[in-house]
Amino acid sequence: MTSPIKIKPPLTEDVIVKLKAGDRVLITGIIYTARDMAHKYLVDCHNNGEKPPFDLAGQILYYTGPTPAPPGKPIGSAGPTTSYRMDKYTPTLLELGLKGMIGKGPRGQEVKDAIRKHKAVYFAAIGGAGALISRAIRKAEVIAYPELGTEAVMRLEVEDFPAVVVNDVHGSDLYQIGVEQYREIDGAEGESC
Amino acid sequence: MREIHVDEIRDNVAQICVDAAYNLSDDVLTAFDRAQQMETSRGAQEIIGLLKENARVAREEHIPICQDTGIAIFFVEIGQDLRIRNGFIIDAINDGVRKGYKEGYLRKSVVDPITRRNTGDNTPAIIYAELVPGDKLKISFMPKGAGSENMSAIRMLRPTEGVEGIKSFVLDCVQRAGANPCPPVVIGVGIGGDFEKAALLAKKALLRPVGSPNAKLELASLEEALLRTVNKTGIGPEGLGGKVTAMAVHVESFPCHIASLPVAVNINCHAARHKTIIL
Repeated sequence: MTSPIKIKPPLTEDVIVKLKAGDRVLITGIIYTARDMAHKYLVDCHNNGEKPPFDLAGQILYYTGPTPAPPGKPIGSAGPTTSYRMDKYTPTLLELGLKGMIGKGPRGQEVKDAIRKHKAVYFAAIGGAGALISRAIRKAEVIAYPELGTEAVMRLEVEDFPAVVVNDVHGSDLYQIGVEQYREIDGAEGESC
Repeated sequence: MREIHVDEIRDNVAQICVDAAYNLSDDVLTAFDRAQQMETSRGAQEIIGLLKENARVAREEHIPICQDTGIAIFFVEIGQDLRIRNGFIIDAINDGVRKGYKEGYLRKSVVDPITRRNTGDNTPAIIYAELVPGDKLKISFMPKGAGSENMSAIRMLRPTEGVEGIKSFVLDCVQRAGANPCPPVVIGVGIGGDFEKAALLAKKALLRPVGSPNAKLELASLEEALLRTVNKTGIGPEGLGGKVTAMAVHVESFPCHIASLPVAVNINCHAARHKTIIL
């Protein structure tokens, strides 16, 4: 295990090409939350020829729907949600300049191809560790789609947010690499959902 | 006849909603320790260590273990000699959910399936009530996150497929689920009954303390065999590779039709939250 790489969005291509599946990162700066409905809205907005509510260029989207902030805290529990549900919309957002995504679970082939094509990166955070992860979030503010409640787009100020590179620009997939090391039976039926 | 006021039910339900969200129970924490010992790589051990640390932070800081504080599922056993006063038990449970999810700063994750409009208070809860002998009220609560719930499956096997068919279906479900349901998972398997009975048994199996074997020997040995098999998939903690894909497999069964062999699989994430109270 090597020590974590510190990165700051907006992400540039020279930073992204150096990231490899399995690298641990600590993210500091601004990231944006978006999950199912926000993805649909962002892509609908693009298809209607409108500008998205925030500039996606170089940015990182974090797939999460946090619990309400208790008194004295900027946010509640805020771990990653399962990423495949966003797959349908991701290639369009990558076309619009999105460079990073944080979630959990494997991505479909189309997303992996788009990650290579647009030079982007997919990170996993520890699923189900929302209490721990919330400590890396300093500030949270709803900036779009407030009517979606927990699914609204939030601008998060994070410090040393821990994640691991799953899909890099070189086509590697940490989920495949990791599982193959331990698999003792045929896994051909598996792959994705 | 023993009586219980609906307010007492409401307040106790509110309390277990919050308790389950903040405090991972000892059976799950012990299962984490076992998993950590079974893993051989530092990476997998470290992930389990983070899950333990997460549980500690949640408990100490009174915040939810996971942001997905679930749809609220209740299994309720009502003693037939108990009288519920001043209202309807189902309303009392929903009032408790409303109160607990609000006061505990839990996420409201329930929407209309078509309009996707959020109900705003995490109700309605999913409530399975049954009449039992006695004068007690037993309420078991499971907040179920969607990451694991979405990986559920049911199959109506041919009776001749037997145990081998069951094993292969369970394995297939776990492989397809991969990293999505937040492994190391707990797997509930419902065998027999009919279509919905099998699903209900699979869900109810998740309420058992993690790793407690079925009292029936043949089912306990099936649980062991299934656990060994799914842990050969290599999926491991967080799906990043390892020996512990599942912490436990719980099987429940019910007699079925001569022409049927329903099998349902309901997966729970590592944050296998469940609480039971008896009033």
